[in-house]
Amino acid sequence: MASVSQVILVLKLSNSRNLMLDRNQIAQRIAQELQDGWYVNLGIGIPTLVANYIPEGINVEFQSENGLLGMGPFPYEGEEDADLINAGKQTVTMMNGGSIFDSSMSFAMIRGQHVQLTVLGAMEVADNGDIANWKIPGKMVKGMGGAMDLVASADNIIVAMSHTNRKGQSKLLRQCSLPLTGVKCVKKVVTNMAVLDITPNGFKLLERAPGVTVEEIQAATEGRLIVEGDIPEMNF
Amino acid sequence: MNKLVESAKEGIAGVKDGMTLMLGGFGLCGIPENCISALVESGVKDLTCISNNAGVDDFGIGLMLQQRQVKKMISSYVGENDEFERQMLTGELEVDLIPQGSLAERCRAGGAGIPAFFTPAGYGTEVALGKEVRYFNGKPHILESALHADYALVKAWKGDRYGNIIFKGTARNFNPVMAMAGKITVVEVEELVEPGELDPNFIHIPGVFVQRIFEGKGYEKRIEQRTTRPKE
Repeated sequence: MASVSQVILVLKLSNSRNLMLDRNQIAQRIAQELQDGWYVNLGIGIPTLVANYIPEGINVEFQSENGLLGMGPFPYEGEEDADLINAGKQTVTMMNGGSIFDSSMSFAMIRGQHVQLTVLGAMEVADNGDIANWKIPGKMVKGMGGAMDLVASADNIIVAMSHTNRKGQSKLLRQCSLPLTGVKCVKKVVTNMAVLDITPNGFKLLERAPGVTVEEIQAATEGRLIVEGDIPEMNF
Repeated sequence: MNKLVESAKEGIAGVKDGMTLMLGGFGLCGIPENCISALVESGVKDLTCISNNAGVDDFGIGLMLQQRQVKKMISSYVGENDEFERQMLTGELEVDLIPQGSLAERCRAGGAGIPAFFTPAGYGTEVALGKEVRYFNGKPHILESALHADYALVKAWKGDRYGNIIFKGTARNFNPVMAMAGKITVVEVEELVEPGELDPNFIHIPGVFVQRIFEGKGYEKRIEQRTTRPKE
């Protein structure tokens, strides 16, 4: 049964829902984290959209774990190549200077920390950096794909996701309830409500989505939330 | 050193019930279409299939699942296949899910004579259950063992009768590491070329790993997620 506070949270969220970021805005905010010269692995879903918002003057190369580096945009209609897909099995193109390799070498560059940033989605993140995104026991078992290798190895992991699930329950938890993908690995979370760093003491609130209040973020965060001083709005 | 066989049927000759097969491909990209058709036709069953994915309902390994030829799948991602899900949930099909990088490296290790290795992937998750944990440079790792197969079924772009092969685009994926790990590695190519035509500097897998090779036909190369952008 939903507690009173959860009901209030849902009501509050429905008021400010129109203020929250959409998928593209979450991607746009994450793109601000890109640094010149980085190799970046983008997961399926919102992370894929990050490629559309690379800041001016920043050059990055996208790695797709099925075996390509220097992934370009989707092909024009009629120019799809069945032998050129990304890890989401979508048809893609190659940039000049790109390269192709086998799955073992692909994960050698991931495990060997030659890829500077991994952006992926999640079903749950805990305030110690644990992440769950591959299995809902009894409901959904599709497999982890490359996610476990990516989160276990990358130095810099950003999670892109909605702050709450469809029922309005927090996805930023004290402890994950679903089977884990990796332990203590997430560094930063960008949601439709906030940007948060993972610290030894929990989620540190860095930025708010424009128009979303600290109280609303607090109410939507089940894990420990650290709020220090004034929290600025995100800048686009 | 002539490894040429006439057909997919000849390629998979000797595959018996209960054997372990590796099948290259990522999604439907770079899968051994001809060998899969021949396996379906052969009716061989109780197979353990090592492949990153399990195809879709009506293509790839999905065709073998329809015929109940697969006893166990060893994969990293098995979405997009209703029949697979049904067989898994009813317990007809045994499924071992492995992190993708560990799957690739376990195949590579199998072909390279490395019996096992430590990796950080999966530490602290259910993948690590029952596996030895050791710390290196202060970080926990789990012990993963090499994978071997009675037959590795590989799809390449071009190859010669010596078994030298090259791949095209992301159809490479798991094919090279599986080519190395098969006791009998069967390669189907889109184009069979004369020895010497392939530049030795650009051979992806040398013929030493390959036992049988043939030119496949009628490649469908189905696209799972056709994604395009409008012309500017």
